[in-house]
Amino acid sequence: MAKSEAKIIVITSGKGGVGKTTTSAAIAAELAHRGHKTVVVDFDIGLRNLDLIMGCERRVIFDFVNVIQNDANLSQALIRDKREENLFVLPASQTRDKDALTQEGVERILNELKKDFEYIVCDSPAGIERGALMALYFADEAVVVTNPEVSSVRDSDRIIGVLNSKTKRAEQGQEMKKHLLITRYSQYRVQRGEMLSIKDVQEILAIPLLGVIPESTAVLNASNHGIPVTLGNASDAKCAYQDAVACLLGEEPASASQKGWKSKFLGGLRLFSRSPA
Amino acid sequence: MSIFSKFLELGNSRKSAKVARERLQIVVSYQRTEGGDADFLSKLRHELLSVICKYVKVDRDQVNVQLKRTGSCSVLELNITLPTGAELSIGEPDLKIL
Repeated sequence: MAKSEAKIIVITSGKGGVGKTTTSAAIAAELAHRGHKTVVVDFDIGLRNLDLIMGCERRVIFDFVNVIQNDANLSQALIRDKREENLFVLPASQTRDKDALTQEGVERILNELKKDFEYIVCDSPAGIERGALMALYFADEAVVVTNPEVSSVRDSDRIIGVLNSKTKRAEQGQEMKKHLLITRYSQYRVQRGEMLSIKDVQEILAIPLLGVIPESTAVLNASNHGIPVTLGNASDAKCAYQDAVACLLGEEPASASQKGWKSKFLGGLRLFSRSPA
Repeated sequence: MSIFSKFLELGNSRKSAKVARERLQIVVSYQRTEGGDADFLSKLRHELLSVICKYVKVDRDQVNVQLKRTGSCSVLELNITLPTGAELSIGEPDLKIL
């Protein structure tokens, strides 16, 4: 089978703690579950956490920096997920040397990954320092993860500015697809006027909506167990991530009303089984 | 008075999303000016202040520079509160223009 050109998707946000790693794991796992060979790469050098969220922390031997520095080859560093055969993890290193991520090194590894994978999901660190810039530089598309909260929205706006100017695509004058993913959303608080609404955030950031992940107990539960949300038990967050991936693949438009995942989730509960996505 | 302020507080907290939206709109419009130079407004504020101080003794906090974006049009708003009986510094002849 002739493989179509691999797609590099960066999961970014500017601000920390908004759910980049959770989202990276959930999206990558769902892509793999749908049959796409996917690798999720941790760019947070020095503070790796993707391995924990993916539940493979005890299987890390070699990492991203080892491969860049030719201390190991890619196949030695890639960890195959035990649940999804199409899912692989490339862990970050714990080194404190921030300059370990060189642009040439990152490019070489991404090019190598492109030969084997359909999707390369880059989990960006917070901030706008080297790691974050490297995670987004080679990306074809970006998912901007935003909490409906002032500091997160402001930082997302900054990162959108960076995406528009400091990526390879931008330098070549090419369009870069940017998607807005709102996480930790509470309809209840929005109705009480205590939280920015989907429309508020979307109007300020002015990029297309990919999905809305509700504030959910399922997210912490999943990370406690080291299971990506989309591979865990049926939950509102799982449905919302599945919808977001469908949207990412161009299958259906984002359901801003939240009716999508809500009715699916409740419907699924009633039937005691969810229809396959 | 305290009951009144309690009510005021309640009203404010209810509309906190609206306050957030308005604050963000301002902050974001700063960030997007001048090709992403997020610092542009503080530099402008700084330079304006130094020019104004050449002529009038004003308090640093009394110079307010805001950039507001409404639809396709941006408004640069400069608000300077002069002290009562504004003391004009060094005797420059053309100060009446101010």
